[in-house]
Amino acid sequence: MANAQPAETFSPIFGRLTFEWIPIHEPILVATFAGVALGGLAVLALMTYFKLWGPLWRDWIVSVDHKKIGIMYMVLGFVMMIRGFADALMMRAQQAMAAGGSEGWLPPHHYDQVFTAHGVIMIFFVAMPFVTGIMNYVMPMQIGARDVAFPFLNNFSFWMTVSGALLVNISLFIGEFARVGWLAFPPLSGSSYSTGPGMDYYLWALQIAGVGTTLSGINLIATVLKMRAPGMKLMDMPIFTWTALITNVLIVAAFPVLTATLALLTLDRYADFHFFTNDFGGNAMMYINLIWIWGHPEVYILIIPCFGVFSEIVSTFSRKPIFGYKTMVWATACIMVLSFVVWLHHFFTMGSGASVNTFFGITTMIIAVPTGVKIFNWLFTMYKGSVRLEVPMLWTIGFLVTFTIGGMTGVLLAVPPVDFQLHNTLFLIAHFHNVIIGGVVFAVYAAVSYWWPKAFGFQMSDKWGKRSFWFWFIGFYVAFMPLYALGLMGVTRRMNSYVDAGWQPYFIIAACGAVLILLGIACTFMNFYVSIRDRKKNLVGGDPWDARTLEWATQSPPAPYNFPFDLEVKGREAFWTMKQQGFKWPTENYKPIHMPKGTATGVVLSAIAMIFGFAMVWYIWWLAILSFAAMVGIGIAHTFNYKRDYYIPVDEVAATEAKGAAV
Amino acid sequence: MLRLRTLLLALAGAIALSGCQYHVLSPQGWVGDQQRNLLIISTLLMLIVIIPVLVMSVYFPLKYRADREDTSDYDPTFEHSNKIEVAIWGVPILIIVALGWFTYVYTHRLDPYRPLDHLEAGDPIEVQAVSLDWKWLFIYPEFGVASVNELAIPAGRPVNFSLTSSTVMNTLSIPALGGMVYSMTGMETKLHLIADETGTFPGRSAHYSGPGFSHMTFDTLSMTDEDFNAWVAEIKADGPTLDRASYLELEKPTIDEPVHSYASVEEGLFRRIVEMCVEDGKVCMGHMMMQDEMGGGGLEGIPHAEAYSYDRARTIDGFGNLIDLPEVEVKAFHEAFWNDPDAICRPDFVFAEKKSNG
Repeated sequence: MANAQPAETFSPIFGRLTFEWIPIHEPILVATFAGVALGGLAVLALMTYFKLWGPLWRDWIVSVDHKKIGIMYMVLGFVMMIRGFADALMMRAQQAMAAGGSEGWLPPHHYDQVFTAHGVIMIFFVAMPFVTGIMNYVMPMQIGARDVAFPFLNNFSFWMTVSGALLVNISLFIGEFARVGWLAFPPLSGSSYSTGPGMDYYLWALQIAGVGTTLSGINLIATVLKMRAPGMKLMDMPIFTWTALITNVLIVAAFPVLTATLALLTLDRYADFHFFTNDFGGNAMMYINLIWIWGHPEVYILIIPCFGVFSEIVSTFSRKPIFGYKTMVWATACIMVLSFVVWLHHFFTMGSGASVNTFFGITTMIIAVPTGVKIFNWLFTMYKGSVRLEVPMLWTIGFLVTFTIGGMTGVLLAVPPVDFQLHNTLFLIAHFHNVIIGGVVFAVYAAVSYWWPKAFGFQMSDKWGKRSFWFWFIGFYVAFMPLYALGLMGVTRRMNSYVDAGWQPYFIIAACGAVLILLGIACTFMNFYVSIRDRKKNLVGGDPWDARTLEWATQSPPAPYNFPFDLEVKGREAFWTMKQQGFKWPTENYKPIHMPKGTATGVVLSAIAMIFGFAMVWYIWWLAILSFAAMVGIGIAHTFNYKRDYYIPVDEVAATEAKGAAV
Repeated sequence: MLRLRTLLLALAGAIALSGCQYHVLSPQGWVGDQQRNLLIISTLLMLIVIIPVLVMSVYFPLKYRADREDTSDYDPTFEHSNKIEVAIWGVPILIIVALGWFTYVYTHRLDPYRPLDHLEAGDPIEVQAVSLDWKWLFIYPEFGVASVNELAIPAGRPVNFSLTSSTVMNTLSIPALGGMVYSMTGMETKLHLIADETGTFPGRSAHYSGPGFSHMTFDTLSMTDEDFNAWVAEIKADGPTLDRASYLELEKPTIDEPVHSYASVEEGLFRRIVEMCVEDGKVCMGHMMMQDEMGGGGLEGIPHAEAYSYDRARTIDGFGNLIDLPEVEVKAFHEAFWNDPDAICRPDFVFAEKKSNG
C-alpha cells in the first residue's frame, strides 16, 4: 500500500476537486488522453474544414426524427464499445500476465476500476443504446407511423444517455471511476469503503442515463399503443414491434427500481443515511435484492428486442412467415412476467433457506421453456423455407448455436447446489458473455447489416461483413471456452493476480480470443469505411431483401415523413400482402404532411444535467444548485414553446417521392 | 502451417502438464461430490434438447438453402403445426419438470445450513471464520486457538462453519470441498463441509471485496486426526492471545498477510465480532435490536450515536489505507442543535469534532 489517494479537502469554489485528482502520474491514462485529444482535435478540424457544424447541429443534434435519433444511438453504442472493449483487452492482458507471483501491469487500484467500467459501459452505454437505437429506428416504421408519440422526449432521452456516457468518460481524466464491480454492492460502495469520487461518478452517470432510458420506455410504449396505422391490430404487429413493446414495458416497470435503489445509496453516501451501511441497523442485503429486482429484468430488456431482430431476419431470409406467430408473442410475454420472479438466483449463496432457493431455481428454469420455444420457432421458420445465407443470416445461425449453449450453462447456474460451486467463478462470466455476445452483440451486428441499406440507401460490403462475423464467432469461443474450464477449477472472477501458474495457459488462450474479437471489431469499422467509399456502386431501392414488414415500403433512406400517404393495414406481414397485390405508391394527390419540429431544448437540458452530475460528484454545491435551477427553468420555459410542428408542403413531398422512385 | 501446429501442440501440452485441478468436477468431499453429480445430471438432461437444437441450427439453413437444386419442398405457407407446437412446448416442459424435481431434492439435501450429521462420519468440529480486510481468521472454539490465512481440518469429520465479516461482504470458497456462502458484517451465516481425503486444497474469498481481494487466499490443510491434534497442540504451545485488543489490531487492513496463529482466544470474541461490538463503548447488535423493538432511542438518543457507529472508524482510501477521520462529537453537535436549531444552516457553523486519539 505504497500509494495513497489525495487527501479529502473542501473549497467553496471547487468542492473537493484538486489538481492532485488529475492522473498525470498514470502513463496509461496520459497516453489515452493524448490519443483522445489528438483524435478529437482532428475531427474538430476536419468538421470545420468541410463546414459540417451547421448541418450536424440542424440535421442531427436538434432533430426529433426517430430515424436520426436511432442512428445516433447506434453511433453512441459503437463509440462506447471501443472504450468498453479497450477495458476488456486490458483485463485479458493483465490476467494473462499476473500468474505465480507476478503482479502484471495493472495494480489493483487501476484494474478494479477497469473491470467496473467495462461492466457499466458495456451494459448501460453499449448494449442499451444499441437496442434502444434499433427500436427507435425500426419500430415506428413497422407500425406505419411517421414518428414516435413524443418526438421531443425522444431527443431528450438520447442526449441524457449521452450525458451519462460522457460523465463516465470524464472520470477517466478527472478523478477516478468506481472500484466496486458493475452493480456496486454495499457496504463496499458505501461512503466508508469507497471514498473518493469514483463511486459518485457511477451513481450520477447511471441516474442521468436512467432518466433517458425510462422516458424512452414510456415514449415507445405510447408509440406502439397509439400510433399504429389504422387496421393494424396488436396481433397483426410484426414480432419485432411486439418485442419492442414488451421490452419497454419491462423498462418502465424495472428502471424506477434502479433509480430508487441508487437514490437510497446516494443518500447513504451524501447525507449520512444508513440504508445499506453496517452500522445503525442498515442492511446491505436489501440493496442486493433491490438491485437484482431491476437487474434481472434488465438482461431481458437487452435480449428481448434481439429476439425480435432475429425473428424478422429469419422470416425474411427464409422467405416464409415466422413459424408459430402466436406462440412467439405469448412466449415473449411469459418471459416478461417471469423475469420479475427470478432475481434471487443471483445470490443463492447469501444464506436463503432451501425452499426459497428451490422456488427461485425452478422459476428460473421455467424461463428456459418459452425461450426454447422461440428457438424452435426460428428453426421451423427455416424448415421448408428458401434460406439465403446473407450476412444477417450468418449472425442468426451464429446466435442460434451460441445462445443455445449459453442457455444451457444458464440453467446449470439456476440449480442452487450447482450454483454454490460456480457462483462468482469465471464459469458465470463465461455464461453471461455467452448469452450477451451470442445474443445481444450478434443481434446488433445482424440488425446493422439488415437495416443498413434501409437507413442509408446502399448495401454494406459482403466480404467485410463475413470477415467480421467469423472473427467474432471464432473469437468468442476462443475467448470464453477457457473461462468455462477455469470456472470448473473454481477460479474466481475479478482477480488482479493469482498464484496457480497452471491457470495461465487458459488465460493466455482467452487473451488470444479477445484479439480475434478485436479483429472482428476492426473488420466492422473497415466495413463501414469500405461500404461508404463504394456507396455509389451499391445503391439499392426501398426493398433490397424482398422483406415482409412495413419499413421496407418506404424509400431507402426513408423520407423524413416515412410514408407519403396514410396506410390502411389488413392482417400480418402488411408489406408482403401489399406486394402480392401489386402495390405501388400513388404519384399524385399528395397532401401536406404534418411533422414535429426540431428543438435544442433536449441537448441543452442534457448538457446542464451533465454539469449538475459533475458538480455533485465533486461537491461543488453552488454549481449543482445553479445547474439544477437552470434545468427546471429551461424545462418550464420549453412548455411555452408553441412552435413545435410544421407542414411539409405538397411540392416537397412530390419532389422527394419522384427522386426516390428514380433509384 | 507447421509452426502453427507446433504452437498448438505446445499449448495443448502446456495445459495437460499444468496439473490443473478441476476441483468442481473432481471434488474431495461429500458435498462437492453431490454438487458435481447434480451438475452432470442437469447437463445430461438438457443435452436431450440442446443437441437436436444445435444440429437443426446448422442443418436446416444448409438443407433449405435458396440455391438448392430441388426446391419442391419449399412451402411458404408452412407457419403453424399443432404437432410441432405440442412437441416444442411439451419436451422442454418435461425436461424442466425432471430438472425441477432434482433441484428440489438436491437443494434440500445440500442446504449449506444443514448439518452433515446424516453422514456416517466422525464428530463434527466447529470453525468460526471471519473475513477481514484482506485475510481470513479461523477460530476453533473447541480448542481455543485461531489461525490466520490457514485452515486446518481433520479429514472425514464434518466442519461446521459459522461465518461473519469485519467490513464488506466476502465468500468463503473451498471448491475442492463444495459450494460457498457469503460472510457478511453484523450477520452470521452457516456452511457445512467435509473433506474425505487428506490433502491441501486452495480456499479463498470469491466475492470481490476491495484492493487486497486477490490475495485473500488460504490453504485448507486436510489432515488425519492425529496430525490435526498435533497441529492444534503446536499452535497452543506458543503464541499470542487473540483478545479484543489484538483482534482490533489484526482487523486493520493488510494485503497478503502471512500465515500466523494465536495460542488462545478470548471467550465470546466471535459473538462480539458478529454483533459489531468488539470495541469498548459500542452497543451490540442484539441490544440495538431490543432497543429498536422497544421504540428506539428517540431524539434523546442522538448524543449516544457514537456507540452505534461502526463503519466510520474503518474508512479506507482507494489503495486500502485506513483514513484517520476525526471522531464526531455527537453530543456537542446535539446540544448546539438543541439550543439553536437554525445554527447548522449558517455559513459560519462549525461541525463540532474532536481529533481521534488512535
